[in-house]
Amino acid sequence: MKHHGRITGWLTAMMVSLSAMCALAADRPTLKAGVFEPPRAAPELSLEASSGGKLALANYRGKVVLLGFGFTSCPEVCPTTLATLAQARRRLGAQGEQLQVLYVTVDPERDNADRMRAYLHGFDTSFVGGTGTPEQLAGVRKNYGVMAERKPFGNSYTVAHSSSVYVIDPKGLLRGMMPYGRLPDDYVHDVRALLSE
Amino acid sequence: MNRRGWLVIVAVGVLVGVSWAALTPLPERSTREQPFVIPEGTWQRRMSGDPVDILPQHIRLTLGINDVLLLKNQDTVPQTFGPALLMPGQSFRLPFEVASDYQFACTAHASGQMTIIVDPFPASAWGKLRWRALKLIESFGNKSHEPTT
Repeated sequence: MKHHGRITGWLTAMMVSLSAMCALAADRPTLKAGVFEPPRAAPELSLEASSGGKLALANYRGKVVLLGFGFTSCPEVCPTTLATLAQARRRLGAQGEQLQVLYVTVDPERDNADRMRAYLHGFDTSFVGGTGTPEQLAGVRKNYGVMAERKPFGNSYTVAHSSSVYVIDPKGLLRGMMPYGRLPDDYVHDVRALLSE
Repeated sequence: MNRRGWLVIVAVGVLVGVSWAALTPLPERSTREQPFVIPEGTWQRRMSGDPVDILPQHIRLTLGINDVLLLKNQDTVPQTFGPALLMPGQSFRLPFEVASDYQFACTAHASGQMTIIVDPFPASAWGKLRWRALKLIESFGNKSHEPTT
C-alpha cells in the first residue's frame, strides 16, 4: 500500500513537471528568428569592451541582447547588418533602451577597442563591440558555432564569417538566431515579443 | 497496334499527366516543417570514419507548403548542424516568409556554405507543374530527408 502511494506520488510529480514544461513552452512567443528549443544559457563572454572595461553578457540582464560577429573592414555584410540593427533600435522608440547590440570581432589583428568604438558609433552610439586575443575570440566562436576564416584579398586579407545575429532574452537564454538579410521590423517584432514575456 | 498508335497513346498519357500536375491543387500538409535529424550515434559513426552526410548543401523550400526548416540533434554530443550549433536533444526551427536564396556558413560542407532556396507559393498552373517536377527530381536525387520522429 505504502509502495503504491510512493509510485502515485512520483507519477504525480512527473506529470506536474511535464505540464509545467509544456506550459512554459506554450507561453513562448513565436519569433521571426530561428528558435532554439529548449533554449540554453547563452555562453558568457569575457572580452574587452569597446566602451571600456570588460564585456560580459551578465551586465545586460533585463535587456534583449542581439549578438553579432564581424569586423570593421567588412565590405558588405557587417555594414548591412549593423544598419539594420540601428534602424530596428530607432523603430523600437523608448523600448530601444531595453535592447543592447553587441558586436564581436572576428579580426582581432585590426580591430582593437578604439577602432571598434569609432566604427560602431557610426551606426548607433549604444552599440558595444568586443575584442580580445585570437584564442579568446576563437573560444567565443566555438561556443556559439560561429565560423570565421581568414582569406587573402589583394595585398591584404578578408575574413569570411557567419552572418547570423544571435538573440538573447532578458534572462540570458540563447533563444534564437536571425539569418542575414532579415528586415528591421523582424528584429523589432522579436525584441518586443521577448520583452513582453 | 502499329507504332503510330503507341505514339498517340504515349502522347495522350503525357498530356494527361502534365495537365494533372499543372491543374490539381497542391496537397494539404499537416505541418509546414521540413525536418532534418541527426540521429543518435552520428558522432560515433563519423569518428569511425563513416562519412555521414545528413544535411544537403542545397535545400529547397516552398512558401506556404514547407517553409519552416527544422533541425534536430538527437545525438549525445553537440553538433554544428547547418548554420546552428545544437546541443544534444535541442532543435532549431527557422521559418521563412520571403522567397529568396539564403546563404549560410556551414562547416559540415567542404565549400563552407549551404544554400536554402525558398520558392514562392506555386499558385499558377506553371508554378504547380514546376513544383511537382522539382519534387520528382528531389525524390530521386536527395536521400537526406530524415523522417520526423
